[in-house]
Amino acid sequence: MSGRDVVLARIRRALTDVPRSEAPDDVPVPRSYERAHVPDGETSDALVDLLAENLADYRALVHRTDADGLPTLLRRLLLEHGSETVLVPPGLPTWWLESADATRVHDRAASTPAELDAVDSVVTGCAVAIAETGTIVLDGGPDQGRRRITLIPDHHVCVVRVPDQVVASVPRALERLDPTRPLTWISGPSATSDIELDRVEGVHGPRTLEVVLLTE
Amino acid sequence: MSGRVHLGMPAFPEAAASATRNARLRGNLSHATGTIRAKRAQAVAELSDWDALRAAGAAVKDRTLRHLDHYLERLEEAVTAAGGTVHWAADAAEANRIVTDLVRATGETEVVKVKSMATQEIDLNAALERAGIRAYETDLAELIVQLGDDLPSHILVPAIHRNRGEIRDIFREEMGRWGRPAPKGLTDDPAELAEAARLHLREKFLRAKVGVSGANFMVAETGTLVVVESEGNGRMCLTLPETLISVVGIEKVVPTWQDLEIFLQLLPRSSTAERMNPYTSMWTGTTDSETADGPRVFHLVLLDNGRTDALADTVGRQALRCIRCSACLNVCPVYERAGGHAYGSAYPGPIGAILTPQLRGTASELDASLPYASSLCGACYEVCPVAIDIPQVLVHLRERVVEGGEVTVRGQRTTIRPARGHAAERAAMRAARWAFDHPRALLAGQRLASRTRRLHPRRLPGPGRAWTATRDLPTVPAESFRDWWRRTRNVRGEARGEGGGR
Ligand code: SF4
Repeated sequence: MSGRDVVLARIRRALTDVPRSEAPDDVPVPRSYERAHVPDGETSDALVDLLAENLADYRALVHRTDADGLPTLLRRLLLEHGSETVLVPPGLPTWWLESADATRVHDRAASTPAELDAVDSVVTGCAVAIAETGTIVLDGGPDQGRRRITLIPDHHVCVVRVPDQVVASVPRALERLDPTRPLTWISGPSATSDIELDRVEGVHGPRTLEVVLLTE
Repeated sequence: MSGRVHLGMPAFPEAAASATRNARLRGNLSHATGTIRAKRAQAVAELSDWDALRAAGAAVKDRTLRHLDHYLERLEEAVTAAGGTVHWAADAAEANRIVTDLVRATGETEVVKVKSMATQEIDLNAALERAGIRAYETDLAELIVQLGDDLPSHILVPAIHRNRGEIRDIFREEMGRWGRPAPKGLTDDPAELAEAARLHLREKFLRAKVGVSGANFMVAETGTLVVVESEGNGRMCLTLPETLISVVGIEKVVPTWQDLEIFLQLLPRSSTAERMNPYTSMWTGTTDSETADGPRVFHLVLLDNGRTDALADTVGRQALRCIRCSACLNVCPVYERAGGHAYGSAYPGPIGAILTPQLRGTASELDASLPYASSLCGACYEVCPVAIDIPQVLVHLRERVVEGGEVTVRGQRTTIRPARGHAAERAAMRAARWAFDHPRALLAGQRLASRTRRLHPRRLPGPGRAWTATRDLPTVPAESFRDWWRRTRNVRGEARGEGGGR
């Protein structure tokens, strides 16, 4: 017998107390929890404020701007971080970085992790942002690129289009996301609680996370 | 170099006693668990619907477990359709063989690993080492354990028994033997220690060709796997290598994508006490090679290794709901006194006390003593995000140890004999006595329990029933545990000290 047959046969023997007529959906799951914890009808401004607050609470640096201000803001953030090179996802709107001095680096199929490690910063968009938890979610869309480019550089600048990309809660975020895409949920810069269960920021992922809330 | 294994560990009471004598260990543990208890309570209080989430989480897991074959087959289909390959392992040896063969087939001799309880449980690193393959642990705490040639002592923070000074010493002495040495002048500042780990592991991530992981959840409907983490080592291992091998217990499957909305709220708040952990990765099979994002080859190894034996026990089955958040460890007065190593397996604390004897059986002295490693205070049940009634399972397992009866061992129904008169019984009794003899542990627990309204211990500790008055533990029939304690031990007044956090 294959491992598969053995395991499935054991499971079926173990479940003799489950009536044959019972279908999986017959087992009740009470879903009386909230779809979101912020009150319904909360204004989008309030949601964006909550997002900003929760992002900052986990040590992301939060900035707000509109389309006119974005190129100058990105230029300044890269300058202040001392970045000479910046990774650019294939579909990042070119005007975002039109003022930036840093040299653009494109993620090619042949780029090795070691090459990416030499790049100072990365600028991306996102798929959705969750106000209640201060989370941004990347789904590998054209303005975000492959997962590795937001992982290896030490400085990640993520632009969130507000209010369109902001949802209140985890349940609402999952509704918007496509499970067939590789997803990365990010809540603050990389951190660890491994030393005496105390949170310290900055381990393997980008140690600086800047989130730009872009009003459209 | 492979780290140590749990085989040949002394029974719980001996190990607990030696841990209790170690003041530094106790200090490290109380400090860490005290910190996290208060934070967890706060993170949970933020959600007004916590009880509803908890009930939903438990119900989804029950639905899954009652139809586990159905969901695993769905999962297998979905993962395969997305380009992954699914393997099934009935036990640890089979899982280790599958993974070893898969790594060998790549021609590589090293792998990077994300923290995974399942691979701890099967002692994969030692199996790989025997095959000439080096496994690098990349989670900070796992790295501390691996460099220190030590055993993990906590689910979430395996090096919780180490304080910052000890960690600095381990890094200074051992990093050089494994790769990049610790920076000169390394202090015990946690930020500096994290930086040292970053530098040490970076070269390993960047050159890794094979990654090995576990998973927190697998979605049957879509074939999606989920890894929840903080440091980014998980993202490194899941995205940079060409081949990814995930070893996951069969109970980690959940039916639908939507079900994640429950667990992604329950888990971070219960485990690290955060609204959301820094990083969560979700992937479904592989992506095609033109636009490849992440590994081009993905293997999923589904692990039984005793889980179906637990499944066959209608009381014990609920232990398989566990999402490994570690909240029950952090509130457990016995864990805090005894330390994680005393539990003799990858799963310490209350969850270990009910899971290990089900996965491995109760034949050994250690495993027979585990259900007694508790004062039945009920704090673990209160904090458990999937409402596992740990005290109920403990009492049930005590009965099994003492009275014997029908159980399933490696898929076979067997009748085990009562432990009466055997070494296992003596070990169990010593464990019970250890819990009785540690008033601070016990009373701290009672104090927690007295504030809980939902849990009333249904029955008092097993010895009362099965070991009659002729044995050295008194029976405790009608009066409450605490009253009994007061009467027989003449303890003054209310408990003081570390009730902690609730
Ligand atoms: S038993 Fe419950 S509290 Fe303990 S680790 Fe598992 S899920 Fe968490």
